[in-house]
Amino acid sequence: MTDTSYQYVRHTEAPKLPPPGRSTGIIHWLRSNLFSSVSNTILTIVTVIFLSWLLPLLYNFLIGRAVFTGTMDDCRVETFGACWVFITGRASFMFYGFYPMTEYWRPNTVFILGLLLVIPLLMPKAPFKLANLIAFFVVYPIIAVTLLIGGVFGLEHVPTEKWGGLMLTLVLSVVGVVGSFPIGILLALGRRSNMPIIKTICILTIELWRAVPLITVLFMASVMLPLFVPSGFTVDKVIRAMIGITIFYGAYMAETIRGGLQAMPRGQFEAASALGLNYWKSMIFIILPQALKYVIPGIVGTFISLVKDTSLVSIIGMFDLLNAINAAGSDAAWASPTKSFTGYAFAIGIFFVLCFSLSRYAKYMENRLNTGHKR
Amino acid sequence: MKKSLFGVAIAASLALTATAAFADTLADVKARGHLLCGVSEGTAGFETPDANNEWSGIDVDYCRAIAAAIFNDAKAVRFVTSNSTVRWQQLGSREVDVLARTSTWTMTRDTTLGLTFVAPIYYDGQGFMVHKETGIKSALELGGATLCIEAGTTTELNAADYFAANNLEYNPVTFVTQDEAYKAYEEGRCDAFTTDRSALAGNRLLLAVPDDHVLLPEVISKEPLSSVVRQGDDLWFKIARWVFNAQLEAEELGVSSANVDEMLASENPGVRRLLGVEGDFGTPLGLTKDWAYQVIKLVGNYAEIFDRNVGAGSPIGLERGVNALWKDGGIQYAPPIR
Repeated sequence: MTDTSYQYVRHTEAPKLPPPGRSTGIIHWLRSNLFSSVSNTILTIVTVIFLSWLLPLLYNFLIGRAVFTGTMDDCRVETFGACWVFITGRASFMFYGFYPMTEYWRPNTVFILGLLLVIPLLMPKAPFKLANLIAFFVVYPIIAVTLLIGGVFGLEHVPTEKWGGLMLTLVLSVVGVVGSFPIGILLALGRRSNMPIIKTICILTIELWRAVPLITVLFMASVMLPLFVPSGFTVDKVIRAMIGITIFYGAYMAETIRGGLQAMPRGQFEAASALGLNYWKSMIFIILPQALKYVIPGIVGTFISLVKDTSLVSIIGMFDLLNAINAAGSDAAWASPTKSFTGYAFAIGIFFVLCFSLSRYAKYMENRLNTGHKR
Repeated sequence: MKKSLFGVAIAASLALTATAAFADTLADVKARGHLLCGVSEGTAGFETPDANNEWSGIDVDYCRAIAAAIFNDAKAVRFVTSNSTVRWQQLGSREVDVLARTSTWTMTRDTTLGLTFVAPIYYDGQGFMVHKETGIKSALELGGATLCIEAGTTTELNAADYFAANNLEYNPVTFVTQDEAYKAYEEGRCDAFTTDRSALAGNRLLLAVPDDHVLLPEVISKEPLSSVVRQGDDLWFKIARWVFNAQLEAEELGVSSANVDEMLASENPGVRRLLGVEGDFGTPLGLTKDWAYQVIKLVGNYAEIFDRNVGAGSPIGLERGVNALWKDGGIQYAPPIR
């Protein structure tokens, strides 16, 4: 057979041409992400206009016209720029409130020790989980309370009303998060229980606490409670606030977790029973690990709102981060046209770091635990 | 200073509890080892955290003076903060022994809340601030002016009363927060800004060029900022009142924290009585004989306290005005110690 009928036969592969300009590179990215449809194009244009208006304003305020060094007198100028001198000058009050300046090593130690214990606890691969758990949940609180309050081992006694600033915000947040989670689990299990008394108690507790605003809870704890207890018997104000926040968020947590329990297929409960596991074993080993995984976004949402809501303690006269920033500037020596705005910008920054890291960690755990049913 | 309905309702119900309970505040305070003093969350010159993160201010010094009289230790005080809504309840629920937080003494408050106002630590009043370049020298020249006001306070009503009484036209512009109001005033949206004069002086520093603004001399309302105690404990009320009186008396007699030790040897019978060299004025109050000596030694007389917190020695720089002693043309007056 001859190939005479063909004019031309190619023996080598044609060289690869680059894809058409419209389907690659930055233009393709822009087309597919920003201008893929008429509505998206409109949104993109609106967003660009908005950002080109906002970003220069923010830049000018936060950096461009801001005063980074010098004295407060440098801040008393007509240009509208952040007064970072105010933040650096009053940082100690914003971080520690009225805590005695010579004793700052104590909250610092508690903070660093907490980080050292929490970080391996949060890393799934870190060893010695059990020892770590005991250290964080049993030993650490004792050390923290001893160090922060003092009055023993020659440590100066620091009453809790001297706590303030970021330190108080962190203490309230950590206690709230650590305390509300187990309360939530117990209330959620109790609400689904077959035992009528326990069920009723749990339903009443959850509904009561969810039916009142947190501000009211804090008011009750700080103003009304002392009236009901006999004179001379006082519970510390910070502890009252902690208990209020913890139970309040425990009730919310319970409903979130109950959502997870309800999402569990009935077969899982039956399988656990068929294996001969008793109630607690089936809950701990079969049901809860799956149920909690379903509701990680809800749990983290509750935690984040808890961290932010610690600011509400300012209405009962406690100096959390936000209130401390306000109070730090109330002295006439620190007055300047932009100190309030600078303080708020600083508070936004710190709260953002706290809440965003919480949500990123949750995202990581969600992906890690995503064994087969991505929702 | 505003007052919410909620606050009144609660406080009224507390009034019963507070007076019914057997009250011996001095014994409670002594047993506890420190005084509980109610302050606001930060008011320039009156109570504010200072550079060392300690409370300072004219109200704070008043509480320290009481502690000095009881314990010979001006530091034996714990400060309890509150917002203006719950301040009265704090006294009723015994969370504080004395309230010193820029509270205006009014008849309703004095008679319906189960509380007793003790002594005006500072006579405040509403005033006006204007741009210096306008050349306005008196509030009576403010006819037709635009006025920046913080919304929802008695400030608004006082201004309305004043302008109506003087037959002047004005345009009020109200703002929700203080910062906004100052910003608008500074940008020239208003010709004048009005609030309590102590706050005007303190917050003048929130403006870019404080010297471009002047306070007008008129005072259009009475705001006696007083300390407050629970009703029904006369001894405690008297301690709270006489500690303040002793500070006024010390100023009048020229006794200050700097010279109090020399003054112990003074021949002046007034000084000798004040410092406990002659007679015993402490025991009837349940205090020691040298209580006033301790107050002056550890905290100072009224002039010193005024000067370092709100007067010439502070960034606020207020004049004494009506807060001068009676013999200097003011209205601060203490009954004699004898």
